[in-house]
Amino acid sequence: MSEITQEQVAHLANLARIALTPEEIESLTSELGSIVDNVAKVSEVATADVPATSHPIPLQNVYRDDVPGATLTTEQALAGAPDHDGSRFRVTAILGEEQ
Amino acid sequence: MAAAKLMDFDKALELFEPVLGFEVHVELSTKTKMFSDAPNFFGGEPNTNITPVDLGLPGSLPVVNGEAVRYSISLGLALGCSIAPSSRFARKNYFYPDLAKNYQISQFDEPIAFGGSVDVELPDGRMFTVPIERAHMEEDAGKLTHVGGATGRIQGAEYSLVDYNRAGVPLVEIVTDIIYGAEADAPELAKAYVATIRDIVVALGISEARMERGNLRCDANISLRPRTAPGEPPAPLGTRTETKNVNSLRSVERAIRYEIQRQAQILADGGTITQETRHWHEDTGTTSAGRPKSDADDYRYFPEPDLLPVVPSAELIEELRAALPEPPAARRRRLKQEWGFTDLEFQDVQNAGLLVEVTSTVEAGAPPAAARKWWSGEISRIANARSAEPASLVSPADVAALVTLIDSGALNDRLARQVLEGVIDGEGTPQEVVDARGLAVVSDDGALIAAIDEALAAQPDVLAKIKDGKVQAAGAVIGAVMKAMRGQADAARVRELVLERAAAD
Repeated sequence: MSEITQEQVAHLANLARIALTPEEIESLTSELGSIVDNVAKVSEVATADVPATSHPIPLQNVYRDDVPGATLTTEQALAGAPDHDGSRFRVTAILGEEQ
Repeated sequence: MAAAKLMDFDKALELFEPVLGFEVHVELSTKTKMFSDAPNFFGGEPNTNITPVDLGLPGSLPVVNGEAVRYSISLGLALGCSIAPSSRFARKNYFYPDLAKNYQISQFDEPIAFGGSVDVELPDGRMFTVPIERAHMEEDAGKLTHVGGATGRIQGAEYSLVDYNRAGVPLVEIVTDIIYGAEADAPELAKAYVATIRDIVVALGISEARMERGNLRCDANISLRPRTAPGEPPAPLGTRTETKNVNSLRSVERAIRYEIQRQAQILADGGTITQETRHWHEDTGTTSAGRPKSDADDYRYFPEPDLLPVVPSAELIEELRAALPEPPAARRRRLKQEWGFTDLEFQDVQNAGLLVEVTSTVEAGAPPAAARKWWSGEISRIANARSAEPASLVSPADVAALVTLIDSGALNDRLARQVLEGVIDGEGTPQEVVDARGLAVVSDDGALIAAIDEALAAQPDVLAKIKDGKVQAAGAVIGAVMKAMRGQADAARVRELVLERAAAD
């Protein structure tokens, strides 16, 4: 049985900015636990000579040449913005700091 | 907010050992961004150098800029790092509108370069080896402007405006290992380390490295630990603070000094240091508390599924290694010795930012002393008067040509200054200015002798003194002749002729 706790789920929900009710936290704790248990089964067959993979397709070194291409116009860039000042996106004042 | 109490710096060093760590972000000067083909261009109208990738629009996919990878490998090698046979990108998840995706593409568990060191020269010439933990590739964030509120700062702002032109600009973040043993040199070491990184990336030609423009940014970590008696084990590391917004070499030095004094006072008063980011304020020379390190630092990194591993071939790595420039500290030592400059002379050239100009002028054939004299002297004076950079006024080749004309006797210093002005004002090469303005030294002895005889006749008392052996009296005649020649004579030759004519009289 996995060791996912309700505290961990609440913590993750907070980091992901998802509001969860206590009932949702409870059910998600159980569901996430099952998922983790299932994934853990993989490590039973993964031995030391099987390298971890982060990508299912055996490709590497896919690069782009350093040549400028087309850019969006300001109008296009702002087209989907909820709010803007004509050239910049306008967002609600953020408490906290730039990362 | 009341100003923090500061302990005297020397007293702080008596009680505590400073322990340092730096994160330096370098913006690479590729033509395009890290993961999109938007121009990598500083400034410009807001939100014009962006593509759907930079806005994280649905369906857009990042593709790695191969040139940025090569730049990063070169930088890693210059930092003495090993290059990872395979490295990958990761998503660093956080919610802040400086990136539209709600994550930054960075590297986490598999950085491209790791385990190096950099030799840093302290102001008195001692070397200090700074250990490098890693250098990894990532993307820069957009620029926020906070509007409303009293000061344009975040507190009290009504809203923020976002420009994503800088979002996606290629960055390499260089992370040091924990740096022990800097002791009282800590502030100077911090400055010298950042200056060395700047010199390295400039020599590599991979960044503009202008700190005032944010091309090179330093976050300085510092903690203090109490000293223990000899023979006792060292005290555990103290709680650290991370000072951000340090945008000049001078600020790096000041910020470290300030934090040492501030933390020492708190600890001596029985207080505890809060682990937090602190913001450096250039105007007041102080830091203020920022965000406490907490949940916000739980970035839930995971491998970036949209990008493939970076697996540089051994051939590529060796090709880039072979092309590395000489390390800046070694290069400075070599040049200083080759040029025969004193410490002070060399420092002057370096501090004035004229190292490149003097080097190029010497390479173009000028003696080092003459190259230094013209760049630090007349050219800097004119640059200062015109509020321009010396390098923007005249080319090293022209300065070398000017020096050659002086050495051949075709120009004296006074004429050379006029020729220099002509060159700066776009009248052509030094030789062209000489020809056009008719500024060459009069080397026709006949013309000089005529002027000398006239001057001697006009000053019979001087003539008498010279005949009495008071050779220094000749100065008055030489002056008169130079004036008659409108400066276009070789003063040494005039002197010879004056003494000759006086003796013959």
